[in-house]
Amino acid sequence: MNKRLMELTVNGLRREVAVEPRRTLLELLREDLELTGTKQGCGEGDCGACVVLLDGVPVNACLVLALEAEGRDVLTIEGLARGTELHPIQQAFVEVGAVQCGFCTPGMVLTAKAFLDSHPDPDGDEVRQAISGNLCRCTGYQKIVDAILDAARRLHEKGGAA
Amino acid sequence: MSEKYSVVGGRHARVDALDKVTGRALYTDDLKRPDMLHGALLHSPLAHARVVAIDTTRAERLPGVKAVLTAKNAPHTFFGVSPARYDEQVFAVDKVRYVGDEVAAVAAVDRDTALEALQLIKVEFEPLEAVLDGHAATGVDMPRVHEMYPQNIAARVEQDFGDVDAARGEAFVVRRGTLSNKMQNGAFLEPQCALCEVDLTGRLTLWSSTQAPHYVGRTVAMVLGMPEHKVRVVMPRVGGGFGPKAAASSMELATCLLSRATGRPVKTVFTREQVFLHGRARHQFFHEMEIGVDRDGKLLYLDHEALLDGGAYASFGIATVYYAGSLLGAPYRLPNMRYRGTRVVTNKPACGAQRGHGGVIARALFELQLDLIAEELGLDPIELRLRNVMEAGETSCNELAMSSLGMRECLEAVRAGSGWDAQTRRRRDGKGIGVACGFFVSGAGYPIYRSRTPHCTVEIKVDEAGGGIEIRSGAAEIGQGCETMMATIAAEVLSIPVESVRVRSGDTDLTVDLGAYSSRTTLMTGQATKAAAESVRRQVLEVLAEKLDVPVAELTLEGGLVKVGGGPGDFDAIRTDYLKEHRGWDDLPGGEFLTFTEATRLAFLERGTIVGLGQYRPPPLGGSFKGAAVGTSPAYGCSAQVAEVDVDLETGQVKVGRVTAAHDCGQAINRTQVEGQMQGCVSMGLGEALMEEVVFGPDGRVLNPSLADYRIPTAVDMPEISALVVESNEPNGPFGAKEVGEGGIMPTIPAILTAIYDATGVVIDELPASPERIRDRLRRSST
Repeated sequence: MNKRLMELTVNGLRREVAVEPRRTLLELLREDLELTGTKQGCGEGDCGACVVLLDGVPVNACLVLALEAEGRDVLTIEGLARGTELHPIQQAFVEVGAVQCGFCTPGMVLTAKAFLDSHPDPDGDEVRQAISGNLCRCTGYQKIVDAILDAARRLHEKGGAA
Repeated sequence: MSEKYSVVGGRHARVDALDKVTGRALYTDDLKRPDMLHGALLHSPLAHARVVAIDTTRAERLPGVKAVLTAKNAPHTFFGVSPARYDEQVFAVDKVRYVGDEVAAVAAVDRDTALEALQLIKVEFEPLEAVLDGHAATGVDMPRVHEMYPQNIAARVEQDFGDVDAARGEAFVVRRGTLSNKMQNGAFLEPQCALCEVDLTGRLTLWSSTQAPHYVGRTVAMVLGMPEHKVRVVMPRVGGGFGPKAAASSMELATCLLSRATGRPVKTVFTREQVFLHGRARHQFFHEMEIGVDRDGKLLYLDHEALLDGGAYASFGIATVYYAGSLLGAPYRLPNMRYRGTRVVTNKPACGAQRGHGGVIARALFELQLDLIAEELGLDPIELRLRNVMEAGETSCNELAMSSLGMRECLEAVRAGSGWDAQTRRRRDGKGIGVACGFFVSGAGYPIYRSRTPHCTVEIKVDEAGGGIEIRSGAAEIGQGCETMMATIAAEVLSIPVESVRVRSGDTDLTVDLGAYSSRTTLMTGQATKAAAESVRRQVLEVLAEKLDVPVAELTLEGGLVKVGGGPGDFDAIRTDYLKEHRGWDDLPGGEFLTFTEATRLAFLERGTIVGLGQYRPPPLGGSFKGAAVGTSPAYGCSAQVAEVDVDLETGQVKVGRVTAAHDCGQAINRTQVEGQMQGCVSMGLGEALMEEVVFGPDGRVLNPSLADYRIPTAVDMPEISALVVESNEPNGPFGAKEVGEGGIMPTIPAILTAIYDATGVVIDELPASPERIRDRLRRSST
């Protein structure tokens, strides 16, 4: 299979990669760039474990071809914290107890990030709608919803956008 | 924060949370080894067929293929869960028993090549009549799924406690009812994955997404014919288990065999479809119960019959069929109980353990019947239950001893928390409220194989330079939070911050631990951790006692400080000695008290590395009757829940609006995690009550092997759950703690079913209570 050269930005870094046309963004991230924080739960776009932000929009990386990301900006879970300083959403997930097995967590956190970027002051129902494409089998979602609402408050206090 | 303890009972962040929120946590499929090959499995496309011939020639010739294994060149050793029912083999030897049964495995340079090779394997099958119906399976004319199970019965349980027939004559109200469910799927987010590597000494390491590394290690050694010490099983982070990951699988074993055959590391990962093909989740249960009570609503007897359709292999099913009966022995005073349980094999994916092992559907029917009995007697259903609940110190008719039991407190908690007494019931206008209780073991009293083995051992090593400790344990962290539990218990004993504790777990090279099943870890591994930490404390204080020349009994650890008779003590000599140490310790002490860090440095200087060992083995438990071992536990958790529902009387759609849950966990080790387990339990129960169902075609094929078609609750399906923690202080548990991980699911299904009944008058007898089924029942009741 012929590989194609392409450029994209991943977590703020320009990357030049050679990919086969049928390679998914998920494979590119996990296998070629060794960013294994993005998880594969189903490979069919049903579970949301592989959600990354493509130009700020949550996408299931298993359904996006790597080539579609050419010239675009990808944020994975590895790129969210600033050094050792957690993003407020990550902080809230840790402190509120929104993490159990952790397999849905990267996709859940990034979905929450995109959501809070556009909905800085949500209520619980809006949060539930926003994460309804991200499955979690451990938590019953309660503490995830609580953490996202908590993160919204933290972001307000910081006075910045998510 | 609890007043009794410094960290136990608090809300500490999980010790693995930072890695998990930043993407650093590594799961099995995140691991790579140099020169690694990719494994793939060929599954049977038929539910029941004789394997006539397998031709692997073309697959072997495909460039990039390094090994092709079938029953021809792999061990035929039987394995499984219960040694008396070892009925699985890595690859089908003479026949396949379900769509998904493993026929062959390939290792190749990449996944695409491995998958291509699978297509080149030619298997000639001779189709056999498939046994797909659990009830029909026992017919004498039916084909046998296994020669070893006449009439396809893998286990039959007959238990009689008291005298049901005599009690029946005294009953004022007698109710009979039935309930069945459909086969479930665990639907954990991480598909199973295994990575195996064999080193040059022949020692094998298997990284696996298992929840019972100890049993997997034993099975690998047995099937591969290796000494146990030549096998190491490591759990990286595991993305949920819930039971189905507790049994060793053909996928793990095939991966090991491929690695041994090629001399290279091999990784195999399931697709989501394979998770469904493999199964090993909740059985399909058919329960029929007759319950009799006296004029006051006191329970007189339970006459209970169950049929369990468990698919192609026994797996955990023997324990399942025992649990399905024994777990109804409590939490109510039930003087007479008869149980007839049958666990059959059919040509479907095997079923095994899943959260609330064996007891969930039985509990649902029992509680639903109690609700109907309360109505018949004109009693409030909470009142009926309160008249029957056991108290600590009592023993059930099947000899389960309640060392602690906050059942009454749980009921009172949900009554108050839900505003039960102010709610109008039986409106039949689509709005309903229901209540139910639950009961579960806090660890199985006996291991799966017969042995006097400690159920777990824990080792704690103190940092030589002071300041921290490392816990080493074979315990299985699958997301339930056992590492944090261990860290909290050790921190409490040693009076240090949880941050000073590092935990390594899930590795058979560390210690023995039977694994994450039967809700055993907090009580058992918690006790072993406590014992190990107490050993560390004793050793450190002994050194200090010698140095200070005071009786060791006068020394205590409080708030990270060593106290002598409650005061600072005379540490000058010790500190002077300290100053002669030129190890680069730049945090030389100056405070009024000696710190834990200083004390452990001194202990190291005097005695060398300090290691504390702990172990836990339950006391002998249970009666002398057959099967008495299943259901015994050193302690029992219990719970109550109130569910409020809105049922659309036109469409049959059920929306659960709020769940108020109370669980007696003995003592919360970490309050946040206890709530998290309770909320997770409600979510799995809600899914099973309303939407989850593995659907089979007439040929035995799973028709919905995806998370789109097998629906589990999303965030919008889930109600607000208020989690009320009840603490009864369990004498056999560490700091009074017992289970929460599974017991919390027990009341969910019946609380929803009684709420649906309250809302509509419809008694559900078949799960899930899908809109179609409810609509159908509503139509039937209106004509």
